[in-house]
Parts: sequence; structure tokens; C-alpha cells
Amino acid sequence: MESYTTYDYDVLVIGAGGAGLRAAIAAIEKGARVGVVTKSLLGKAHTVMAEGGMAAAMGNVRPEDNWKVHFRDTLKGGGMLNNWKMVENYTKEAPDRVRELEQWGAVFDRTPDGRINQRNFGGHSYPRLAHVGDRTGLELIRTLQDHAVKMGIHAHMETTIYRLLTDAGRVVGALGFNRQTGEFLVFRAKAVVLATGGLGRIYQITSNSWECTGDGFSLASMVGADLIDMEFIQFHPTGMVWPPSVMGILVTEGVRGEGGVLKNSLGQRFMFDNVPERYKGEFAETEEEAERWLQGDRNARRPPELLTRDVVARAIRKEVNEGRGSPHGGAFLDIASRRPADYIKKKLPSMYHQFMKLGNLDITKEPMEVGPTCHYVMGGVRVDPDTQATNVPGLYAAGEVAGGLHGANRLGGNSLSDLVVFGRRAGLAAAEYAAQQTGSYQVDEAQVQAYIAEALQPFHNPQGENPFALMKELRSTMQKNAGIMREEGELKTQLEILENLKKRAWNTSVSGGRAYNPGWHTALDIRLMVEISQAVVLAALARKESRGGHARLDYPDPDPTFAKLNHIIRRSPDGSLSVVAEPLPEMPEELRKVAEAKDLKELSDKVGA
Amino acid sequence: MSTVTFRVFRGDRSGGELKDYTVEVQEGMVVLDVIHQIQAEQAPDLACRWNCKAGKCGSCGAEVNGKPTLMCMTRLDTIDTSKPVTVRPMKTFPVIRDLATDVKWNYEANKKIKPFTPSPNTDWIMFQEDVDRVQEFRKCIECFLCQNVCHVLREHDEKTGFIGPRLLVRTASLEMHPLDTANRLEMLKNEGGIGYCNITKCCTEVCPEHIHITDNAIIPLKERVVDEYYDPVLGFFRRLFSSKKRAEPSGQAADD
Repeated sequence: MESYTTYDYDVLVIGAGGAGLRAAIAAIEKGARVGVVTKSLLGKAHTVMAEGGMAAAMGNVRPEDNWKVHFRDTLKGGGMLNNWKMVENYTKEAPDRVRELEQWGAVFDRTPDGRINQRNFGGHSYPRLAHVGDRTGLELIRTLQDHAVKMGIHAHMETTIYRLLTDAGRVVGALGFNRQTGEFLVFRAKAVVLATGGLGRIYQITSNSWECTGDGFSLASMVGADLIDMEFIQFHPTGMVWPPSVMGILVTEGVRGEGGVLKNSLGQRFMFDNVPERYKGEFAETEEEAERWLQGDRNARRPPELLTRDVVARAIRKEVNEGRGSPHGGAFLDIASRRPADYIKKKLPSMYHQFMKLGNLDITKEPMEVGPTCHYVMGGVRVDPDTQATNVPGLYAAGEVAGGLHGANRLGGNSLSDLVVFGRRAGLAAAEYAAQQTGSYQVDEAQVQAYIAEALQPFHNPQGENPFALMKELRSTMQKNAGIMREEGELKTQLEILENLKKRAWNTSVSGGRAYNPGWHTALDIRLMVEISQAVVLAALARKESRGGHARLDYPDPDPTFAKLNHIIRRSPDGSLSVVAEPLPEMPEELRKVAEAKDLKELSDKVGA
Repeated sequence: MSTVTFRVFRGDRSGGELKDYTVEVQEGMVVLDVIHQIQAEQAPDLACRWNCKAGKCGSCGAEVNGKPTLMCMTRLDTIDTSKPVTVRPMKTFPVIRDLATDVKWNYEANKKIKPFTPSPNTDWIMFQEDVDRVQEFRKCIECFLCQNVCHVLREHDEKTGFIGPRLLVRTASLEMHPLDTANRLEMLKNEGGIGYCNITKCCTEVCPEHIHITDNAIIPLKERVVDEYYDPVLGFFRRLFSSKKRAEPSGQAADD
């Protein structure tokens, strides 16, 4: 029998990025005893890497902006598959959540009249992103961290959750271990909030840190929670492509927001030729018009470099495939010829630093080379749009691990504000639910011991495989067979590969002790990663069309039938996953008009400025 | 492609030794890539803390050939690889295992700092020139390299009466926030131990974010402490005219 330490909480929050910390703060404010578990140290979660900004229709730069325009932009960018109610909640609340951060100590860049400045980003009709240079995620996480410490947060740092614990169909806690010591921990909790972030590490080329192994999707699915729309993976158009060791590291969309342009090897701004039908008429049609926009002419339309990420990523891929790519297989991103060096260093300091240090390149003098990198998953655990509750009692999800808000494609800047809007909602709802739980609940000792035994199994399996090699195999095959462009044959091949990897994931071998052992951690990560990869591939096979972050070579166009369907990925009692198509929730007529508005003036309370 | 020997610390709190690993390296690689390669191919239990691999999270601080640095931002072509490259954990903090150190003390010492305390009646108008300095401090990624090199912490292990450069920077970010009203000078003088700093600027030199820790944060804070506690005239006027921490409501640093 393995020993373990037990902690009791009303609400256990798994993850200490933006959503987790905001959930913890909300739950503490409700009087709940809250524990937060994080795989890293406090303040290091993947949120810290967010660069460009957080979208909220505050109207500080363009007073015509309001939640309705943001609502319309978000649905349009999401291929109309978004959960409309989540988008409504989100766009209405985001400005308050940004202001709240300021009141907790965040120091955003300012407008000339001393208010929070907002910048342009892809798919947003107006400058809408509150930002701090290109390190907005750091500002967000540090502010939430400081505020959570002020509130008396109880954080378990460098702790991994291995499995959720259930009793009679309810989630009643989680089993984890301290990464520093290898000691097992049982968290008994009346409610659990998943805020575990994304799954970028299932791909070879990704902007995501090691933490983004998709834990939350698998943990939730294993206890019966539905997942939604897992086929929609965002490949950010601009990741670094050279040198090889930095491939995939993010280059903020803020570069294009600040006027950066994309060119192919012939020097052509190819985005002018890649405006999709649904965006026709909304973007500048000549370089001259785009130039006027950059100079501040409000009658000029936005440059096509500011199209949504799915569109730009595919356009770059096309240039490369047709032989017009940059020397290392990307496109050129040029800010040097557009803005003075001092301006670039002020507004994009970490990009300057990153290319200088890692790529030996001065972005104030030369263009960058960029290409698509796996960045975000739009799909996730299916939640109630108001409470973030899953279909499993006691289990909530917020942030990237939750699905529904972003539909088929997320707009840049919509993630950071998603974290705080829905982190707060999840924390409040979880605390309320916990307060109502008066009956006794049990943690099943046999369940705990069985999980511990399987977690320790790689130590007793000397003939097993190297977990790092297995991880590499998973990531490279997902990249090849279920990446930015997909087709049926490759997806089916990948399903077979995953079946095989799944068996092998349970037959790994690790050496050394339990304290801070990356081999062991990798061996456990891979089990969850295989599960979630399977959900992605199954959903991708089922969606026989191209929309947003899901592009099929064999079905290159959007299909009106699929335009009305979400995919629910459900686990059967025998453990297998299946995909069920469900009609989208019906949007009220009034909101439909907002979503489909052609002329933004219809949506503005105030016109002009 | 060439072959380089890395001499990596393996051990824990009870001690350890440097161990040699020979790796094939490619153009553009950073030290962290090498550590990952050693993990994947030779020593799967080699402990190392990292997250973003892009200089944004401050997790992978270590001492490469004796120089404190972020492993993810240290390209092999910037160090001498003709001899074995030594990689050790940060010296100031207890080793957990190999390259991972226990930095918990920083999180505990941070609790000595009074949190942000905005004026209750503010309209939240702040001008860019008034927040530039605070934004410089808020660039800190908490890699703790400054704490690692500060001789007060590194040589003298003064971790009870001194909070170190990182937390002095954090204090400065609050003290110089245009809308903050709390007073942290007593903390700085006493449990913060700002007097221990004798301005050798070691912290500034290692800061990967290029924050002017000594000049912009510590020296102005030292001056405020001196004004408050050792200048009777200024102290008298402050007590007479102000219930807030500074006479100027904007809180702009007088010594900028």
C-alpha cells in the first residue's frame, strides 16, 4: 500500500494560468476553501507566453466599438459554430474583466488621454486589444498571481493530477503527485474546476510549452464528460521557422497589428489574393489603401494581413507549396520597412529580443521568416454557457480546456479575455455548487490505490519503451497525418497509429527515482496525450468539410450541412470514443441579426469619432 | 553538426557530481536543447525546470560555464564549446535534483510586500510617461537570476532579513505606481533589508529582461528610505502635509 497525503477543499482548481487563477479568486470571494494545483511554479503557466493582447470592446480608441460588434466579429471568425450564449456572455463581460485587472494592479499601455490603449488584431473590426507591448500574458498572470496571493490562495506548485476521483457519478476530487518528491496526494473536493489549458504538444511544431499535454480533456473524458468540436485546432500563421531548435515559437500577431506585412519569395503581398468570400469588401484591395489605413485614415479598409488566423495560415502554406516560400519553408514577415526602429522596439520588445537572441536577426532591419505552428484548440470540454459546468456533476471547465466560445476558429486576443470571463464564472458556480453539497461523499480507497499502482508501473517494467521516443513518434505522426491540411486516408492511418501507440503508452520504462524525474512524467503524459489525439482525429474524420481551423484536402470547401452541426465526442462505458453530430443551439432572432450584420454602423450606438 | 561535451551537475540536496555527456549539436541550438537531448537519449531522469523555451517564463535559470543565464536563451555559438561546457544549478537555492532548485523562498519572502492599494476614488487615468518606469519593473519574469547572483543571498545566505533584488523591483513597481497609496518604506528598512544592498549591480548584469534593477529600482527606493527615516526636515514636512506615502499625489518618482 502506497501512502499519500490528503487535502480537503471545497473547490479544487487544476491549473494556475489565467483561467485557473481567476476561478480561484472568484471561489475564494464566495467563501470557499480553495486549493490550486499547478504543474509548474506559480506565474509560469502557458498564459505567460501570450503576447498581443486581450480583446474587449471598451471603445477607448474607437468609440463605435461595443459588445455587439465584438459578438459579430467573434462568430464570423468562428465560422458561426460558436456557442452564441457563451459569445454573448463573453463580449458583454470582457471590458469589466479588463478594468478589474487594472484595479488589481495591471499596468496596460495608455491612450494619449490616459486610458487603456487598444490595438488592432486579425478579425477584429476595431482596435480592441488591451495590451502591454507584446508581453500581455505576463501582465495578466502576474496580476492574477499577486491578487490571488493577496486573497490567500493555497497553491500546490509542481504538482500533477493523474486522475479525477468519482463517487456515484460525481467528481469528488483528484489524485496527483508532487513532481519534486514523487509523493502522492489525494485532494478531496466538492467541486473541481479544470483550467488545464491546451494540447499543442500533441503536434511536433507548436508554440505551446511542455505543459500543454491536453491533460484536462482526457481527465474529463475519462470520467464521462463530453468534449465538443475537437477537430478545430488553430495553427497560428506566424511561428518561427529557423533555426530548427526554435521552430514553432510564436511570433505575435501584434507584428501585423502594428503594420507588419507578409510577402513571398517574389516580394508579393500575397494576402491580397487570399480574401475569402465571406470577408470580401471588408479589407483593403490595394497596397495604397492598406498604406492609408496604417497612416490612420479611417475611410481606408484594413490590410488583408489582418484576416483571421485560419485564413492567413493556409495562405502561407499555399505559397510554400507552390514554390514561393522563404528559404526555410515559410513566408517573410516585414515590419522593418513599415515602422521606425524605435517604435518596433517599444511596441514589440520581446519579438525584437527573441529574434536577436535566437535567430541572430534584427527585426528592425530585416524581415522575419515565419510559418504555421500549432497554437490553440478551439474545441474542448463541453460546458454550460453560464456556469461552465460539464455534464458530470461537480466538474467545471474554463479557459482553453473548455470548448464552445471560439467555434471553428479563435480570433487573436479572444483567449486572454476568455480566461478571465469564464474563469470567474466557473469559480463562482463551483463555489455555489460546493456550498450546496451537504451529504457525505467518499473517496474510494481501492480506486486511489489502483491509480497509484498504474502510475508507478513504468518503474517496474524494465523491458518497456523509452517514453521520450514514444512522445516523439506521437508528435511527428500527428503533425504529418492530422496537421494543418487533412484528408481521409491519412486520418485513418493516424487512428491505427494511435491504437498502436495507446498500447505502447502503457508499456514504458523509466529509470531513477520518483523525485523530479522527467522520464516518469513523460511516461504518464503520453497516456493522456494518446487519448486526446484520438478525439481530435475522430472529430476531424467526421467533419467532411473545411471550416476555420479544420482544413480537408478532400473536402476543401465549407458545407452548409456541417455549418449547422457541432461534434460531441463521447466516451462509451467500454472506454471507446464516438462522435455524435448535434444541431447548433438556436440563436435568438435579435442576436442573429447582430451576428449577420453587413454594415457595422447598424451595430454602433455611437457613430463617428 | 559537431560533437560537444557537456558536464552537467547530477545530484540532490545531499550532494552530487558533474557528469559528462557527449552530444551531437546543430546550428542554432541553445543549452536547453542540449539538456533535452541528453534527457531523451542518455539520462531520462535528468531533472531540469523549463516551460516556454522562449525567454518569457523565467523557469530555466542555471549557471553555464559559471555564468548565470536562462538556458533557453543561451545559444551554443555564444559560448566556448571547444572545451566541456559546465552546467550547474543556481547556487543560491537548495538543489531539488540536478538542475532544478527549490525557489520557494522567493514566494514566501514576497508576502512581506504590501499588495497594490489603489486610491479608492481614482478615475484610473494614467499617462504613458507616468507608467513607463513601472512597466519596466513589470517586465520581470521571475527567473530569480538576480537573487541567485546577489552576494547578500549567495555568499551570506541572508534570507530572513533581506528580500533580494527581485522583490525590491516588485516593491518599486508598487511604490512608483501612480495610483498606489500604501507605504512600504518601513518594510524596506526593516525586514526588507534594503540597507544590505551595496550597489554592486551584479543583479542588473544578469537580468535577461534588461531591467535597470539597481539604478531605477533599488537606488530610488534607498533614497526614499533615507528621506523618510534619516532626513528630519523632509520627514517633518511629510508628516505634516501628507497622509499618503508621497507628497505628490501622482506618486511620480522624484528621483527619476
